[in-house]
Amino acid sequence: MGLFNFRKSTFKHGVHPPEHKEDTNGLPIRQFPFAPLIILPMSQHIGAPSQIVVREGQEVARGQLLAKAGGYVSVPLHAPISGTIRKIANVPTISGKMSVGIYLEAFPASSQEVMEGTPIDVETATAGEILQGIQDAGIVGLGGAAFPTHVKLKVPEGKTCDVLMINGIECEPYLTTDHRVMLEQAEDIFTGIKYLLKATGAERAIIGIEANKQDAADHLENSIPAGAPVSVQVVPVKYPQGSEKMLITSLLGREVPSGGLPIDVNVVVVNVATTAEIGRLLPHGRGIQERVVTITGPGVKKKGNYLIPIGTPLRYVLDQVGVDEQISEVYMGGPMMGVAVSNLDISIVKGTSGIVVFAEKDVKRPEKVYPCIKCGACVDACPISLNPSKLGILAKFEAYDEMAEAFHLMDCFECGSCSYVCPSHIPLVQYFRLSKSIVRKRNASKQSS
Amino acid sequence: MLNRTLNISTSPHIVKGLGTDDIMQNVVWALLPVAIFAVYSFGISALMVLVATTAACVLTEHFLCRFSKKESTISDWSAAITGLLLGLTLPPNFPVWMAFVGGVIAIALGKFIFGGLGYNVFNPALVGRAVLQAAFPVAITTWYPAFLEGRFSAVSSSTFTVPFMEPTVDAITGATPLSAFKFDQVITPASDLALGLITGSTGETCALLILLGGIYLAARKMMNWRIPVAILATVYVLSGILHLIDTQAYPPPLFMLFSGGLMLGAVFMATDMVASPITPLGVVIYGFIIGLLVVVIRIWGGLPEGVMYAILLANAISPHIDNWIQPRVYGTSKTAKAS
Repeated sequence: MGLFNFRKSTFKHGVHPPEHKEDTNGLPIRQFPFAPLIILPMSQHIGAPSQIVVREGQEVARGQLLAKAGGYVSVPLHAPISGTIRKIANVPTISGKMSVGIYLEAFPASSQEVMEGTPIDVETATAGEILQGIQDAGIVGLGGAAFPTHVKLKVPEGKTCDVLMINGIECEPYLTTDHRVMLEQAEDIFTGIKYLLKATGAERAIIGIEANKQDAADHLENSIPAGAPVSVQVVPVKYPQGSEKMLITSLLGREVPSGGLPIDVNVVVVNVATTAEIGRLLPHGRGIQERVVTITGPGVKKKGNYLIPIGTPLRYVLDQVGVDEQISEVYMGGPMMGVAVSNLDISIVKGTSGIVVFAEKDVKRPEKVYPCIKCGACVDACPISLNPSKLGILAKFEAYDEMAEAFHLMDCFECGSCSYVCPSHIPLVQYFRLSKSIVRKRNASKQSS
Repeated sequence: MLNRTLNISTSPHIVKGLGTDDIMQNVVWALLPVAIFAVYSFGISALMVLVATTAACVLTEHFLCRFSKKESTISDWSAAITGLLLGLTLPPNFPVWMAFVGGVIAIALGKFIFGGLGYNVFNPALVGRAVLQAAFPVAITTWYPAFLEGRFSAVSSSTFTVPFMEPTVDAITGATPLSAFKFDQVITPASDLALGLITGSTGETCALLILLGGIYLAARKMMNWRIPVAILATVYVLSGILHLIDTQAYPPPLFMLFSGGLMLGAVFMATDMVASPITPLGVVIYGFIIGLLVVVIRIWGGLPEGVMYAILLANAISPHIDNWIQPRVYGTSKTAKAS
């Protein structure tokens, strides 16, 4: 870094929603009870659905393979509990669509001992073996995106990765999953980093943590194994600091080119809970069966960070923790980017980092949408310096091509900062989601014709 | 309780909570001290003018919405701002019926025909004032002196002029500092200007109160502070240079800053969010253009005051500035490192 190369330690713009993390950030991770019946959709990740390898009526042990990867961009699924395959049928998912899935009934008397596979030794395994091991463990991004981790880790031919970035930002309000994982699973995280460094060929790893988790940063800093090329870097609290692109800019001052991936600036970013999972599962050759989920929000009685088996139905979860009688909205993920749940019969999936429950009195939805007054609040909020005001006006006129070509619509990663600040309560990010999908469809039909 | 129907909504599920109506309401609060001082220094005549313009704007907005079978939009407070601003730019002894006509025009021609709040190209209050200036050139340049005795017990003789009749020109009128300079080369001290101890339009005399209102709005992030700063800096620097060249022919820069409608215009008119550019660089350019035009019109133009035309012209250019100046989108720079 040159003498005149001063760079800010954070990205431009962004917003500061109230954090609401104090309700759960002091609560240790607790094992959640096993539900009598769990529901496992085959599409819990981005990419091809998993392919079922068991049949109805079959008895399975915890950790046993239930479905294999449906392709390269896909992962297998393991039994989160010991039990009997009750039914293979369509199951509800968060998107509202039905997806093929498995109903698994728990053995009430089972020891729930976990089946193990082939361990991957970090000292002797090759990069390819580690990537295969990560895929075999069914690991996807646990931060919410649920993208198969092995695909993300694969450094394309001709590119190199010099920095492995471990994302412990957790910038969504309410969620404290990663915070607790960092406080309680430091050893797993550092083991995971060892695997990841080897898989990507990166020289060093940086763990990025937001300043509101100083305790976690101190703890990890003190737990770095001797000689490990790992550093901990604390960045200012600002949404969406946890977005890959923003984090890369904050920690390294590099800018991922428009339309590009982090590897284009020689970086691979992995969520910290995902890293811990890799460090825990690969030495035993296990598959992922459970994950830490923050159950919180003003509508929840027993808030906390729970270790919940994948596939546990939301209805069971909320029944166990108790919710406000006037329950009104339930979000999977945080309130900024999470998805509102329409049906409590969907289940906790690999990408579920939190459940936030709002009762009627907590929902502060503006009643009235005013015209855009061009106040510029959205321009000052957009982390990638788009002009949401202009894009919003163009969306109203259905000028999708102009939005994409002249105003970089496709760079929007839908963080929602514009909608959050808009004093006229214009649903900007929703306009952009729709516009993006229309542009994608148009481009696809252009290519096929 | 888990059988209740859940509401679904699109993310983000939380909002900051500051509404457009809150912003507008706060602009009104910020203008109130200016209006109160106007009434204090000019008496009931000024109050009449302010009431007439505000009532005209709010009523026009309400009835135009009703006639076009839309919900009335007066609750967003923007019509009230237009009314107050228009009244503050008029002489305190301006005939009430003319003020009312100005308010109707401001809303109807300045705002409603463009599509209402958010769509106006020009600051509606200035549209109203421009029309009044063209229609009633004498009335709008006849000023009643401040702090007259008896200003609270009687109105000026021109206040209640019968519509369409020539207003009676008051025996007592005063020259504004700008016209005093323009036509008689008299410089009013800057301290008198700042404190409002002068003759002028109702709301243009006390620069300090205007600045306070502006600071309040800027601190609450309800006003783009870059606009007044750019305008005032441009006026100060340009007139400063001119004053250095010839101290006799050109007025001192502080006089330029605090006289006439510049403060009110820079802080409350040019900052109309709808009619100004949206990007940080765009507003600086916009402010520079206004400042430049103010100096040019005041010094070389035929009129003593040029703030209104300067802002209206810059309003017209503002959409173009927005087209030229787009923020650099993340990841699109040529210098984006790929090392």
